[in-house]
Order: sequence, then C-alpha cells, then structure tokens
Amino acid sequence: MTNWSPTVITRVMLGLAIVVSAFPLYWMLVIASRTNADAVAVPPPFLPGGNLGENIVAVLNNEDAHFLLGLTNSFLIASIVTVSVVLISTLAGFSFANLNFKGRNMLLLAVLLTMAVPLQQMGVVPLYRLMVSLEWTGTLKAVILPYLLNGFGVFLMTQYTRQAVPMELVEAARVDGAATLRIWWNVVLPAVRPGMAVLGINTFMLMWNDFMWPLIVLTPDNPTVQIAITQLNARFSTNYTLIFAGTALSIIPLIAVFVAFGRQIVGGLMEGAVKA
Amino acid sequence: MSLDTLPRAMRSNHRRPRPPGRRWRSRLDVKAMPYALVSPYFLLFAAFGLFPLAFTLYYSLYDYDLAGTTEWAGLGNYTALLADDDFWNAVVNTVGMFVIATVPQMLLALFLANALNKRFRFRLAIRMSVLLPLVTSVVAVAVVFTQLYARDWGLVNWILGWFGVDPTNWRAERVPSWIAIATMVDWRWTGYNAIIFLAGMQTIPRDLYEAAAIDGASRRRQFWQITLPMLRPTMIFVVLNSTIGGLTLFSEPTTFYNGNVDGGSQGQFQTVAMFIVKEGFREFDYGYAAAAAWLLFLLILLGALINFLFVRRIGGTK
Repeated sequence: MTNWSPTVITRVMLGLAIVVSAFPLYWMLVIASRTNADAVAVPPPFLPGGNLGENIVAVLNNEDAHFLLGLTNSFLIASIVTVSVVLISTLAGFSFANLNFKGRNMLLLAVLLTMAVPLQQMGVVPLYRLMVSLEWTGTLKAVILPYLLNGFGVFLMTQYTRQAVPMELVEAARVDGAATLRIWWNVVLPAVRPGMAVLGINTFMLMWNDFMWPLIVLTPDNPTVQIAITQLNARFSTNYTLIFAGTALSIIPLIAVFVAFGRQIVGGLMEGAVKA
Repeated sequence: MSLDTLPRAMRSNHRRPRPPGRRWRSRLDVKAMPYALVSPYFLLFAAFGLFPLAFTLYYSLYDYDLAGTTEWAGLGNYTALLADDDFWNAVVNTVGMFVIATVPQMLLALFLANALNKRFRFRLAIRMSVLLPLVTSVVAVAVVFTQLYARDWGLVNWILGWFGVDPTNWRAERVPSWIAIATMVDWRWTGYNAIIFLAGMQTIPRDLYEAAAIDGASRRRQFWQITLPMLRPTMIFVVLNSTIGGLTLFSEPTTFYNGNVDGGSQGQFQTVAMFIVKEGFREFDYGYAAAAAWLLFLLILLGALINFLFVRRIGGTK
C-alpha cells in the first residue's frame, strides 16, 4: 500500500474542521451559562459561567415563549411522522424491491420524480387553504400530515431492501406457503432494520428542524420548539442569555440521538450515498 | 425469530397441496398485495403532492385581495411578478447567496473528504464530529451566528479588529449579509457533503491509484486525474441536493432578521421562499404567492440543469 497515512497538513485540516464544527455549540453553552452583561462584553467571555440552570428555568417559565409546550409539540410531531414514514416506506420498499406487479417501474419512477420537487415550499398556498377549510390551522395535525409524504424514504427503503433481502429468500418463503404480509413480517423486517434506523433518525432530525411550514400554519401560543425560539428572539432580542438557553434546550434531544446512534448515522449516510 | 423460519423455508422444495379456498386467497394475495403495500404512499402523494401542485397552478391564475374577493387574472400574476423589482431582488439574493455558499462549500467538502479518507485513529469520532453541525437545529444555529456577527460586541468583528478591519454591520449591507448567511449554510452542510464524498471515494478501486503511482503520478495529480472524475456520480447527487436546498433557503435568513420575512431593512437578504411567505401570508395575495412558487420551481429546474451540465464536464477532459 502506498502512503495513505495522513500528512501534517491533513492532521491540521482535520483538527481545524473539528474545532470549527464544535465552536458554535460551545459558544451556545458559554452564553447560555452567563449573564446578559457578559454576553455583550468586549472582549467576549470564552469560558462557561455558572448561570446555566437559572437561565434554563427562566426560559421554561417564560409565559410568552411556551417553551415547554414547544418541546413537547416538536417531540410529538417528529415521533409521529418518523414512525409513519418508516412504516409506509418499509412496506412500499418491500413491494418495489421484492414483488412483481404490473406498472412497478413506472410507479417507482414517479416516486423518484416527486423527490425532485420541493413540495413543502411549492405547495404552501393550497396546503394552507386546505388546513383553513378543515379548520386545522394551529393544530399539530396540520404540521404532521403533509410530511407523511416522503419520496426519499420509499426510495431509500427500496434500495436497502433490494440489497438486504435476496429474491430467493422471498420465493422460498412463498413456496413454503407464507402470505405476503407474513413474509414482510418474518423475512423482510428483521433484515432491513438498519435501513429503517437510518431513515428514522433522518426523518426525526428533519422534522425537529422544520421551520417554514409550522411558522405559517401554527400560532405562537401552540408552537414547535423552533417557533418558540423565534418568539424569544423577536420579543427579547437583547436578552441573549434567555435566547441561548432556549437554543441549548432545543438541541439537547438531537445531540442525545446523535450520541446514541452516531455510528449508524455515519454508516447509513455513506451507504445511502453510494447506492443512490 | 426469522433465523429459524428461513432455513426451513429454503429446505422445503416440494409444494404442499393446498385446499382450494386457500389457493384463491393466495392468488389474490400475490396479485393485489403489491399494490396495497405501495398504496399508502400514493394516497398521500395524491393528497399532499398532486393536489397542492395542481392548485398552486390554479391559484396563480386568480387575483385575491384582503377582502376575500377572487377574480380571474389569467397570466396577470406572472407578468406582474416579472415586472416586480422586489421579486427580482429576491431572485438575485437567492442566487447570490447560493453561489457564495456553494462554491467554497464544495471545494472544502472535497478536500475534507480527501483528508478523512486517510488512515488514522479515532476515525469514527472524527467523522461524527464533522457531522455534528447537521444534527443541531437550524434556527438555534442561526441565532448563535447572528450573535457572533453582531456589530458592536460580536466575536467576528472583534477578531477582524485584530487585523485593523473596522467593525462591519453584517446585517445592514447586501454583500456582508450574504456572506454571514452563507457561512451559516456552509457550517451546517460542509461536513455532511464531505461524508457523502468520502463514501464515493471509498468505492474507487485502489488499483487505479497503485497503477498511477507506478507510472509516477504525484498524489496531487492522482486526486485531479482519478479521484475527481471517478467521483462524478456522487458529485451530481451532492450538487443537485445543494441546488434544491440552496434555492429554497428560508430558515437562516429569516432568523437573521429576528423571524421576519422582509430580509433586512431594504430586503437585502430576502430570498424567494421568504418572498412567497410574505406575499401569501402577510399580504394574503395567494395568487401572487402561488405564481411566485411556480417561478421558484422553474428557477430550481434551471439551476439543477446548469449545475448538472457543469459537473458532467468536471474532469471530463481526460
């Protein structure tokens, strides 16, 4: 093997990348744990202070931000969408990958095409009018429903099932007398679990972060966590410690997911990229 | 659970006789079940994909006003948009920020991927840490960057001050605001794209590099002559993804102006997506917003096509 070991420049570059990636998060922690006077000091403070608990309590108790409600809402929305999208995509992926039916390739192509359309931006006007006429504006289902449509999920699970479940296995189970759903449950599901995990984590993160559609369809008194931060930011724009404590709270669930599933996220991203 | 059912399934090569009722049921199962399994997706697609697209077109042909009256407008909304300076301002801002963000991002991601492709300890930990920005929430990060770019006490101006640069009002002027927003986008996506590039690099056969090394090609030359051309499919994926994401940019610039879709006092960083939200949900001019959404879609198609053709040429000279 030729020299694949890193040079000094490579090491420096990687070190720099790590510092740059982590710094804004560290900075979030620094400001969130200090006082407002510190936040606007020149030169700025570089070490965390001792007010983190106090600031977090202030955010949670803030009447205007509804922060706790925002966290709960985001968690509900992200969980429901994740479970539904993973289920819908796994079923459809199995059908596209392992079953024969007329029009299969056409339908798969249709899924691919829908991936290229930014529906949530393109269709905001009719979607909003639809929610108004159903009297669903301000409710969580208005946020949830449009996101159950996820072409990427179907595509990912089709690709994943294709490589994880050989056709012979499905045929053999069928010869053995198993019905389609039974094959899905006993043969396919155990084999595609890693793919489901990747899709699930991805969907959860996307939903947790979603901003434009909830901003349009929800009201500030029933917000998602991103809307709650925006509220804090708009109403208390000089109260940096309050806002930063809010941002820190908003990313804790994501960091927890990331620490728990980091290996799968990296692996899943890399596999998905090569197969796409 | 599956492990004990599978080998048994594979061992039994003989067909068991089945009662006629069951045979009919299993015929139905084989014929209809595949459609049933994909139907939830396509039902959702009809409701939340086709319906909004078709109705966006429908709305775009009508005039709406605050009183709720509706009037046929034909292509009036489209011609009005094409003559609207605010719309063009949003288009210029969107494309400008996209270019400022994407070009350095692609280069950085490529070199970062090349570095990540070397052998070193703590590989997983390092890959995870460059992905860290992706798992933080967009609004939270935009808030942090907005504070870093504050004119009087922001860290960026303080550091620039060491080099004798006067404090910049990042939010007030056009190009500085674009740069500030582009850094937010790049901070978030560079590591992600690097990981995707890395995945692509690992599929390139090592013998290619060994053969090139024997022929005396330098590492740099190997990168330009082997890695880049072989990476083209991955690059198309990454660039198309960035095009869709970049041209629909909304969260970062909106948060940069405290959650307001005006995009600064002069609209200096209002994107097309922000323009649509402003027209549709603040002015309640649904028709105008819907027409703008279609023009945004055309812009994305155009951007995707240009980028696709550009990437296809990379390293194509051999």
